[in-house]
Amino acid sequence: MSSPPAFRAKLGPVIIAMLVTSPVWAHAEQGQAAGFLTGLHHPISGLDHVLAMVAVGLWGAQLGAPAIWLLPVTFPMVMAFGGFLGLIGVPLPGVELGIAASAMLLGTMVACEARPPLWLAATLVGVFAIFHGHAHGTELPAGENGLLYSVGFVIATGCLHATGISIGLIHRWPSGRIVLRVAGVAVAAGGAFFMWRAFS
Amino acid sequence: MRRSSFAAFAAALVLLWPGEVEAHLVTTGLGPVYDGISHVLLSFDDLLPVVALALLAGLNGQAAGRKVLFTLPIAWLAGGAAGYASGVALFPAGFASLSLLLLGILTAADRRLPPFVVKGLAMILGLVHGSGNGAGIAAAGHDALGLIGITLAIFVLVALVTAGVVSLKKPWARIAVRVAGSWIAAVGLLLLGWTLRGRI
Repeated sequence: MSSPPAFRAKLGPVIIAMLVTSPVWAHAEQGQAAGFLTGLHHPISGLDHVLAMVAVGLWGAQLGAPAIWLLPVTFPMVMAFGGFLGLIGVPLPGVELGIAASAMLLGTMVACEARPPLWLAATLVGVFAIFHGHAHGTELPAGENGLLYSVGFVIATGCLHATGISIGLIHRWPSGRIVLRVAGVAVAAGGAFFMWRAFS
Repeated sequence: MRRSSFAAFAAALVLLWPGEVEAHLVTTGLGPVYDGISHVLLSFDDLLPVVALALLAGLNGQAAGRKVLFTLPIAWLAGGAAGYASGVALFPAGFASLSLLLLGILTAADRRLPPFVVKGLAMILGLVHGSGNGAGIAAAGHDALGLIGITLAIFVLVALVTAGVVSLKKPWARIAVRVAGSWIAAVGLLLLGWTLRGRI
């Protein structure tokens, strides 16, 4: 079971590269990069947000065209509008309940493989997007670079949708449809947990 | 005629409203031209609007792409020269956010615009951002050659992005560009919130 010579020839430089020490750049994050990273981290820092964002992608994939591309185009802008309202201090009552309800309802839609008219699906997702955006807008930390924070924030949100859509592509296989519906149940259950926590 | 006079008055008002200049050049140690090139590539304040306009021009076809390819760098250089000579930046408060919002929405909507409109947007964007760069370079005591680097970088960037978008044939690829536009619009909206929060 000896390894081929070509493999051993490549292994040597790899080991040397791993053993060669390099300077440590372990400074605390600061400046513009910190703003970008904070923005990138914010949407994935709360499981309630993550569940709803991924569920939007899953549902879009289930609904197929044109919802699969309409939702990712409209959602970031509507969510940013919610963030805008939060930033300028416009109050929105029941934000936590709205976020939990979004996971419950979107999960239920995926679980039931619901196919409402496109306008209704877009409106539903848009309303929930305002709640999510508002929560992010009011939680934005002070002292960050606004532009880079926003860029990171939007990229992370878009990537969560893309993750949901990518997972949702299993919808084309019969067994994949069942898995998707089970995933919808899991999202709805997560939403119910966050709803219970919001009330307790 | 009355409408165009009003538009000219509104444009003049916006351009004459002075804002804060945040146009620091990156110092590479390779000279002012390379400093200018790296400034465009590393400063999201300038990079993002250029990419947004290039995406929009690409979606509007070859004619619009060619107009932006030459108009934007020339306007940027002219604005930069004026800003460097006068030391005054015509960078209105909120211009960055509103320009991102407008360009992002137009890209996400994927509506055909007359080439002169795209050219006009390129001219305004170039003059305003260029003046900010020029005034920033003058204030920092750097060499005006940095403007040449900035102009060259913008020319190459616009050429690459616009040509890439013009060559897209598959529908999903154009949708990806529209999604990018919606992300840019979302960034603009959030940035507007940041700007207003700082002023309220």
